[in-house]
Amino acid sequence: MFELLGIPPQALFGQLLLGLINGSFYAILSLGLAVIFGLLNIINFTHGAQYMMGAFIAWMLLNWLGIGYWPSLLLAPVVAGVSGVIIERLFMQRLYHLDHLYGLLLTFGLALIIQGLFRNYFGSSGLPYQIPAELRGGQNLGFMFLPNYRAWVVVASLAVCLATWFVIEKTRLGAYLRAATENPTLTQAFGINVPLLITLTYGFGVGLAAFAGVLAAPIYSVNPNMGADLIIVVFAVVVIGGMGSILGAIVTGFGLGIIEGLTKVFYPEASATVIFIIMAIVLLVKPAGLFGRTA
Amino acid sequence: MTMFRMNRRSVLAGAAATAFSARSMAQAQQPINIKIGVLNDRSGLYADLTGEGSAIAARMAAEDFGAAAKGLNVQIVSADHQNKPDVGANIARQWYDNDAVDVIADVPTSSVALAVNQITREKNKIFLNSGAATSDLTGSQCSPNTVHWTYDTYMLSQGTGGAMVKAGGDTWFFLTADYAFGHALERDTTAVVQRQGGRVLGAVRTPFPGTDFSSFLLQAQASRAKVIGLANAGGDTVNSIKQAAEFGITAGGQKLAGLLVFVNDVHALGLQTAQGLVLTETFYWDLNDSTRAWSRRFAPQRAGNMPSMVQAGVYGSVLHYLKAVAATRSKDAAQAMTWMKGNETDDPLFGKGTVRADGRKLHPAYLFEVKKPSESKGPWDYYKLLATLPAEEAFRPLSANACPLVRA
Amino acid sequence: MAEVTITPPAPENAEQADHSALHRTLFIGMAALLVVLPFIPVIGYPFFLMKVLCFALFACAFNLMLGYGGLLSFGHAAYFGFAAYVAAYTAKHWGLTPEVSILLGTGSGAVLGLAFGALAIRRQGIYFAMITLALAQMVYFFSLQAPRFTGGEDGIQAVPRNALFGVLPLGNDTTTYYLVAVIFFVGVLLIYRIIHSPFGQVLKAIRDNEARAVSLGYRVNQYKLAVFVLSASLAGLAGATKAIAVQLASLTDVHWSMSGEVVLMTLVGGMGTVFGPIVGAAVIISMQNFLAGLGAWVTVVQGVIFVICVLVFREGIVGVIGKWLKKPL
Repeated sequence: MFELLGIPPQALFGQLLLGLINGSFYAILSLGLAVIFGLLNIINFTHGAQYMMGAFIAWMLLNWLGIGYWPSLLLAPVVAGVSGVIIERLFMQRLYHLDHLYGLLLTFGLALIIQGLFRNYFGSSGLPYQIPAELRGGQNLGFMFLPNYRAWVVVASLAVCLATWFVIEKTRLGAYLRAATENPTLTQAFGINVPLLITLTYGFGVGLAAFAGVLAAPIYSVNPNMGADLIIVVFAVVVIGGMGSILGAIVTGFGLGIIEGLTKVFYPEASATVIFIIMAIVLLVKPAGLFGRTA
Repeated sequence: MTMFRMNRRSVLAGAAATAFSARSMAQAQQPINIKIGVLNDRSGLYADLTGEGSAIAARMAAEDFGAAAKGLNVQIVSADHQNKPDVGANIARQWYDNDAVDVIADVPTSSVALAVNQITREKNKIFLNSGAATSDLTGSQCSPNTVHWTYDTYMLSQGTGGAMVKAGGDTWFFLTADYAFGHALERDTTAVVQRQGGRVLGAVRTPFPGTDFSSFLLQAQASRAKVIGLANAGGDTVNSIKQAAEFGITAGGQKLAGLLVFVNDVHALGLQTAQGLVLTETFYWDLNDSTRAWSRRFAPQRAGNMPSMVQAGVYGSVLHYLKAVAATRSKDAAQAMTWMKGNETDDPLFGKGTVRADGRKLHPAYLFEVKKPSESKGPWDYYKLLATLPAEEAFRPLSANACPLVRA
Repeated sequence: MAEVTITPPAPENAEQADHSALHRTLFIGMAALLVVLPFIPVIGYPFFLMKVLCFALFACAFNLMLGYGGLLSFGHAAYFGFAAYVAAYTAKHWGLTPEVSILLGTGSGAVLGLAFGALAIRRQGIYFAMITLALAQMVYFFSLQAPRFTGGEDGIQAVPRNALFGVLPLGNDTTTYYLVAVIFFVGVLLIYRIIHSPFGQVLKAIRDNEARAVSLGYRVNQYKLAVFVLSASLAGLAGATKAIAVQLASLTDVHWSMSGEVVLMTLVGGMGTVFGPIVGAAVIISMQNFLAGLGAWVTVVQGVIFVICVLVFREGIVGVIGKWLKKPL
């Protein structure tokens, strides 16, 4: 049997697949950030907290109302999205005439509040959430045992990412969105309700984060801190992909998941750092990111 | 002078002397104010297994001891160190300098515990550690002012590592959290495994803290080791156990050995996921009649949650300290420490034990296996006892100890 | 799109002399306060005061860049924390005297600032903030991965307070407090001088309208890099002093939440004011100190303050006072 870089190819395939699965989370989260940034020009620091909220809403739906995983997959993003709409209406709208940095600071403060509240109420040990019965077990692929649920994560995330990309790039609604991004005043003059569009976009971005949270609930523990550190990694993903680029966010998300997966095999200690190293390199060579336009 | 002559003056003097000694008696019975600071994680990862529960345990110790009746006026304060050594050090200093705190108890998280250990020694107060794992507290960094009560890394590796090899798990692969605590656990367990004739096939250092362990678990699976040792704690352990079940690793016949797992972690995981896990603790609420009785008093104050071994350790250590003060009628740190080391400990949770010269509290350790859901009779019925390690086997012998107090 | 609105009212030249008289009075008042503070009960606890002063200097350094350079760095913990490690390490393992350790720490902040600044100033606004954040994150991971230098999650504990200049012992907290107070005062004075120098004027011009500054012939990037390095060095000075004073350098100092905290301090006190960050640091540190019993609620309270400051109180405490007095503070 031949070996590649010291490990058998089967093991390598397994690790690549795992990387792709982790990349799914990066892709959805960075996609949400990119969508919000594209239209609102706000770096949504609350994104990690909203991802965590998604997981907790799913948990609450199950434990308080008896609503299972599948309805939660739709309900939790909607609930979180509505909370996002409220945040946008209450707070963010007051900041659009100011420097964008205030948006970053506001969302940072909101993230502290949300995480603190959940920590006070639920503690930090994490709560269990079972994998739905339909997706228990797994397939033996020969080179690895692939749990059905992980396969589902990749499929669901790819579908959501592609659908979002399609809506933004290929539909009329998307055209309005892009127009509003480019020149809000002119778009407004054409009779399109830009403030509403902005509000809904933020709600949608938050919904994406919550969707990722529900996907994560059964495999990672549902924990108030689950988004706090992830958000920094996702920021790096967005910076590498090029801020505001939809396709960039998706491709970079999956790509970096795979690279991180490989690092876990060859130099596990560095696997948490590798994304930041890549980011520094990309910034040196291409300051606007891989898919970004030069600002 | 006038005492020898029986005249009026001498009678008066005698009366004065009696009055004086009566006053000094009254002084002795005047309550001694004791302030105990419970310093732990009240908002983070370890809040459930330490947190307010430890403060409650300390309060129960004061009540059960009947402190007030014995002339001790015990006050319990608590604070959150957020698992950060700088925050913990800051609180400890303020407590000692400004708030007249005499004793700091609990302090999980090794880095914070080491910081508090140092400050306590500097200020000549007393540190009753229950929550921290590092065996350095009674090793290279041991202090005449510290008692390390509940457990340490040496004992964890001794218990789980030794027992697993005896049960036939003679090949190991480690998932090691990439920081000092993880490294220490891996090193100590490796030594135990090899001494018992087992082999370590490999180890992978996982970034700390981590969420996804699947990649590392696959590497462990590929090693074909019989036992996967989890040299990590808290969320890392919970996630790796969860994902091991997901990837069919436990179903495939490999055993998971949790080197630091608390009953609260098992509670968070649920039996479905945690079943079959082997772990070591020094206290379990359902161990015997007296632990059950105590835990049933404790649980209602914690929304039905059973006590962890750390909370039990806070109870035991505070109780022993109060006995010392009641016996010596002094808060002097050296006197209290001498009494605590010189007298046997006895409490309903750990039974009889001793505090050794290096500050190490000795008591038996228990090897547990997590029950299958079908075996569990109700909430919090999680463990079955596999083996009991006597105290002298569970903890590091003095001869192998780097503690300068012992060498001197 | 023009970068605007992080713009406190610029002083009118006619009133300049009046203001500097006021500022002189304030500085003298501050010096007097620093001398008597340890004798005031409750807050006069030297350990607490040292912490406040170190963070106040840190916030002032940060404010130099944000308030006067218009550059929001979200990674200032890197310079603060790394310098703390350098100072702690050299004091503990090489036995260097405090002033040398602190100088080395400051120098390491400067070097790090030069490297990161050169990378970061290539982008503006939010991009700049993100890049500084990500670079700082690399410092964090380095600190985590190099336990031989940083002590890993234990940090470098029990940092010795060696004798100052090899002769003056820093035995008790009060003596050390006065050393910290002197460093703090000199640091703030230096920042004040920088702001009111011609260099500072150019900085403000760049902040208010970069394109105009470019068209006037200023090499904007050199100015930005210079203020970046200055700010990083001063943050390093604060961090190194903290390590010696508090006798501990730990991961908290390099974690990104520390970068967030210094933003909060500056925002609460009033960005673009000389005295704002000092007040802000005092408020936030006192809050953490005296509300510690509230546990996780402290995070919530901090978040609420953040939100309120951003929404309705953007000038900060000192900014508002300055508005009442109609004088920039």
